[in-house]
Amino acid sequence: MPAASQPEAQPDSQPQADSRTAALEIRGLKKEYRRGVPVLHDINIRIPGRGITAVIGPSGTGKSTLIRCINRLVEPTAGQILFKGLDLATLRGKALREARRRIGMVFQEYNLVERLTVMENLLSGRLGYVSPFKAWLRRYPAEDISAAWELLDTVGLAAFANQRADALSGGQRQRVGIARAIMQRPELLLADEPTSSLDPKTSVEIMELLAGLTQGRGIPVILNIHNVPLARRFADHVIGMSGGRVVYDGTPEGLDDTHLKEIYGGEDWLE
Amino acid sequence: MTTAPSMDAAVSARPPAFVPNWPARIAWIALALYACYATSILDVSWARFVTGIDNGIRFIGRMLPPDTEASKMTLMLRGLYETLEIAVLSSALGILLSLPIGLLAARNLMPPWLTWPMRLLIALCRSFHQVIIAILFVKAVGFGALAGILALTVASIGFIAKLFAEAIEEISAKQVEAIRATGASFMNVILYGVLPQVLTRFVGFATYQFDSNIRNSTMVGIVGAGGIGGTMFAAFQKFDYDYLLTILLAIIALIMVSEALQNWVKKVYQ
Repeated sequence: MPAASQPEAQPDSQPQADSRTAALEIRGLKKEYRRGVPVLHDINIRIPGRGITAVIGPSGTGKSTLIRCINRLVEPTAGQILFKGLDLATLRGKALREARRRIGMVFQEYNLVERLTVMENLLSGRLGYVSPFKAWLRRYPAEDISAAWELLDTVGLAAFANQRADALSGGQRQRVGIARAIMQRPELLLADEPTSSLDPKTSVEIMELLAGLTQGRGIPVILNIHNVPLARRFADHVIGMSGGRVVYDGTPEGLDDTHLKEIYGGEDWLE
Repeated sequence: MTTAPSMDAAVSARPPAFVPNWPARIAWIALALYACYATSILDVSWARFVTGIDNGIRFIGRMLPPDTEASKMTLMLRGLYETLEIAVLSSALGILLSLPIGLLAARNLMPPWLTWPMRLLIALCRSFHQVIIAILFVKAVGFGALAGILALTVASIGFIAKLFAEAIEEISAKQVEAIRATGASFMNVILYGVLPQVLTRFVGFATYQFDSNIRNSTMVGIVGAGGIGGTMFAAFQKFDYDYLLTILLAIIALIMVSEALQNWVKKVYQ
């Protein structure tokens, strides 16, 4: 198992304090794209330090905005996002980049660099640590390259290492997307609808891969997903959102039809 | 048949499926009318056409056979070599300068206070024909290839940097977002998120501009900025039409070689 041999920490990561069991704590988070039209209203949640936390809810309810506020691809309007003693909402410049490299991200449409090879895409997960000159010459540390080969073996794409990403199928691309995020050796993984562009069978395979790779390494995951059965099957914790508000925060077992009706509205679809 | 009238009403109430674009139609008609009017005042007559053909035939007759006398061939080869030198150096310099200028002019990556001056610079490079810029440089640095190289470098920046900036503005933001999310520095985002998306197009613009520069470098010689153009212009003025044909054939050969080179480069970088 490669996870066991993987060195856990980068030089700048802090030792896990026992008092901080939450991977992330969000307090009073608010986001307005247009003034006076909030997409997120006063979000207060704690993400457990282990396992998968699924954020479920209908399209357009702010799940994507929420996850993007965490690594600041979207600027929060107000509130705090506490991660290992840092308030992510206030970081700027170098401090923000250093926080970002501790947080991996998997995207709905994979967001691979299409014209780069699979290997180059994996190693782009290390770009936070490599100087532009070395990155340009592809001079990555040997340990990064061997970690990339190991991950490619795990996701079953070692034979595709030197193929361009645009030659791959959807499922293969998402495997590369996950491997790229794991290459960061992240302390938190954000996954934004990672299976929404895939067929049902591939979706389950991708979720199994995501769960397996993160469990073995002890990486907590925040998973945006609108597919309730998949969320129930893989999540250890569920947050239900509707209209930019958190309406459920609990175990997957505790999630019943009343909650789903509140989250998604109506009830005909539950039949 | 009680439903028929109401269905008719529903059908007639619908807007037309294809709306005619009247402003565009009027513009096309106006263009056609102006073309007819402009032709009518040109004073093109059958007699003029016949004399023209006659002159043309006599001109071509004096061009044949091409003059391949040894001293003239040496002169021509020296001119061709200088033309190639102008084209290669101005393209190389132009490509090198276009990369940063185009990048700084892309409005999706850079702040407005930077893109505006850069776009102004590009517009300035594009505003005059190469021959006019060549005249300015001949005045500045004197006769010879240097003036031609500088003039065509300016023209190359105007073309490559503008199209490169536009190509960058059209890239997929998703790939850039993914690289930013890894905590990459700005330079690394450019190297991995932006450049791979525009490299092929940049190579396309650069090879096209190299091709243009070969053709343009035959032109700037006319105003004394070096290259085969000067020799060609002199042949014209001395009624040396058979030597002129030799030069024209040599230029055609050069352009064809450059075309083959372009195809090869594009295949390498696809």
